[in-house]
Amino acid sequence: MTNFTPLTAAIGGALIGLSAAILWLGNGRIAGISGIFGNLLPAGRPMVWRLTFLAFLVLGALAASWIIPGIGVGGPAGKPAALAAAPSWFGGGTTIWVAISGLLTGFGTKIGNGCTSGHGICGLARLSTRSFVAVGVFFVVAIATVTITGIV
Amino acid sequence: MNRQNDIAYLAVAALAGAIFGVGLYVSQMVDPLKVLHFLDFKGIPSGTWDPSLALVMAAGLIVMFGAIQIGKRWGKPLLDTKFSLPEFTKIDRPLVIGSALFGIGWGMSGICPGPAISLIAFWPPHLLVYLVALFLGSYGGAAAMTGWSDKRLALAR
Repeated sequence: MTNFTPLTAAIGGALIGLSAAILWLGNGRIAGISGIFGNLLPAGRPMVWRLTFLAFLVLGALAASWIIPGIGVGGPAGKPAALAAAPSWFGGGTTIWVAISGLLTGFGTKIGNGCTSGHGICGLARLSTRSFVAVGVFFVVAIATVTITGIV
Repeated sequence: MNRQNDIAYLAVAALAGAIFGVGLYVSQMVDPLKVLHFLDFKGIPSGTWDPSLALVMAAGLIVMFGAIQIGKRWGKPLLDTKFSLPEFTKIDRPLVIGSALFGIGWGMSGICPGPAISLIAFWPPHLLVYLVALFLGSYGGAAAMTGWSDKRLALAR
């Protein structure tokens, strides 16, 4: 387990939990990123707080990479962030591979009402049966997808 | 009562968003390759498996579980009249199919929506393509759902 980083994982995870806790106890909202992102449209839904949350999410990651540089990827001292290249058997190139990945994630999290944060952190913490099913399904399918595609 | 544009409500959203971004950077979940090394169970025998993501989830869950218990005692959040709970409660086909499709998308890239947004801070090649596709996919999902959402709500309650 040469890549295991338990300390930063535990601290970072606790911060993600703290963020979800603040949004829940303050505004009564689920910190589910696919929901916050996916409900930006249609216009007419409350979108100002959603845009605010997402903008500060980007700023938080950026600020952290300058204040505590070099933990992993990003910022002035980290490795450059990069998306994984498409596996060599896929003839379509990385752009199309990435586009398919994004389309499936956007569509799937919309009709499934959540992703790793909404179902994974908030839903499981609420002991929601739907979230236990969703998390079980997307983890098993993702692990199978990595195995089958051989992307790493 | 609509307080969703009050300054306090937006300040809470900003604080929560910023801490979420810091957490994603510190936990290194912004790195799609690190996530892929968790999802790659072939790496368990070969020693390249990275269990960090499980620890991120566990730590986040413990904190949020505590917050849920506090919220139960309060009965309502500080800045709204009630907690906004999801409207669906039953296991249905869109939940399972949607989660499976998301699992494929996640396994293809190691990117889920939170890290996708935080990666804007570091702007790697191909991220724009991913974000546009994520938005179109989500929009397509919303369009697909509008036809059956009323029926689904009735069934799911």
